[in-house]
Amino acid sequence: MLEKPTLLSNSFRFITIAMLITWLIMPLVPLAIWSFAKGWFFPLILPKYWSLNAWNYALSDTAGVLESLWLTIFISASATILSIMIGVPAGRALGMYKFKGKEYVELLILAPTIVPGIAVVLGIHSVFISIGLTNTIPGVILVHLIPTLPYMTLVMSGIFSNFDPDFESQARSLGASPLKTFYYITLPSILPGIIVGGLFAFLVSWSQYILTLMIGGGRVITLPLLLFSFATSGRNDITGAIGMIYILPGIIILILTARHLSGRSAVGGFGRI
Amino acid sequence: MSDRTKILLLLAPALSIIILLFFGGLFVGLLRSFNYMPIIGLTEPNLNAYFSVFQSKEFYYSFILSFHIAFTSTIISATLAIGAALLLRRNFIGKSIINFLFQINLTVPHLVGAIGILYLFSQSGSFARLAAEWGMITRPAEFPELVFDPYAIGIILQYVWKEIPFIGVIVLANMQSLGEDYESVARSLGANKWQTFRYVLLPLIFPGVLSASVIVFAFTFGAYEIPAMLGANYPAALPVLAYRKYTDVDLAARPEAMAMAIVIALLSAVMIFFYLRYTRKRIRG
Repeated sequence: MLEKPTLLSNSFRFITIAMLITWLIMPLVPLAIWSFAKGWFFPLILPKYWSLNAWNYALSDTAGVLESLWLTIFISASATILSIMIGVPAGRALGMYKFKGKEYVELLILAPTIVPGIAVVLGIHSVFISIGLTNTIPGVILVHLIPTLPYMTLVMSGIFSNFDPDFESQARSLGASPLKTFYYITLPSILPGIIVGGLFAFLVSWSQYILTLMIGGGRVITLPLLLFSFATSGRNDITGAIGMIYILPGIIILILTARHLSGRSAVGGFGRI
Repeated sequence: MSDRTKILLLLAPALSIIILLFFGGLFVGLLRSFNYMPIIGLTEPNLNAYFSVFQSKEFYYSFILSFHIAFTSTIISATLAIGAALLLRRNFIGKSIINFLFQINLTVPHLVGAIGILYLFSQSGSFARLAAEWGMITRPAEFPELVFDPYAIGIILQYVWKEIPFIGVIVLANMQSLGEDYESVARSLGANKWQTFRYVLLPLIFPGVLSASVIVFAFTFGAYEIPAMLGANYPAALPVLAYRKYTDVDLAARPEAMAMAIVIALLSAVMIFFYLRYTRKRIRG
């Protein structure tokens, strides 16, 4: 501590923290209220009637919200699993080895995390049309790799730079096969990194909008696309319910991983969520 | 197996995907922006798309609007994020719950924030209702236009909401790894609170703030769904304009859309340059 806090500085701190947190939570409040509201017109501060209509609609089999939820989970999970399978080896190369041209490889992998999707997706769209990948789920999963794979690779590179390869060579010298060495030595020590990185890669894919809109061509309707169309059509109650469903995985993942968030490599990915 | 082959094999899948999809997408966009597409019979590249883009007022309005959105959002977010990090770095009662609440919107997608901002700040939104309750306005139209407005206030509010925790968490981690020793030394040598912050702490955290700000700037310049949700119809943010051009019924507008995509890519290349400059410096230092 640099100096003893006075009563004045303590109350200043308390008030500013309260304002900050209020500002950060505030935009979620009207969404939550709308999902239970009926006939909430200007200038009512609170809804005149409360109702479960929006939730009943959103959770019914006919509305297409649940269908869209499963589709979004499928797309994000597929993009995540592919990113783990491809990103873990690449992260190992970047984290454990020094080699010529490494800076350029890192630049190639960093670029997609900074360049906005709209800048690349128009070009991809005109290629995907000719090979029949537009308006398809595999096409959407593929373009989701553009933000998720570099993120996974960079996270794993950080994990592998703290990994001691001596354990592997000891296991090998004691007669373990490469596969056994990986399963019993390497995997247990990198697993926490894979899980945290994978959960965030899932969220990066979960929040994609323009990539899905362009390549899905209005046929592959993920939750954000559905949310956007309800929000612009003025169905605020249903928008509120879908919005609440849409943010749930992120909040669950945050609760599970809050203590891992101090590391820069993990947070870096949030620039794209 | 030599290390060289091993490295190559480990990197090959990731690099091929990134090169094919990301750089392939950029490259095809570049070719199409030159009106070059042999598959559909366009074999003579030209600069027509760029001429028509750079001669249209709409493009300049959109570019300036997007630049204004990105610049203003980044400056406000970074400043408030530093302030938030200064508040949250000390120990206090309930710190872990406050930290959780501070991070909560890190995982909330921008689109949800945009809809929240719409419901708060539109002319029939929560604040307009409060103003009516307090007798400041009688009709929604009397409430100031804060969304769909020409100054992009709603869009900037959304980005500030979303990016304070993003930059804040990075700065906070940065401050915690620095500790308070440097500041204690400055204070014991007679520097006051402001001087300690301005000449000791700020220079130490600045590279981290800058590299986070570069990511925020590139994102806020190039994001589509937030200006599409909260922006005015004209002028539209550059990504919205590019999307409209691309999906125009007139296929001749597509090269123009590609030219705009290339402008966005070039600006992000500048951002990557700054990002590398400041992160590399930090790693070496």
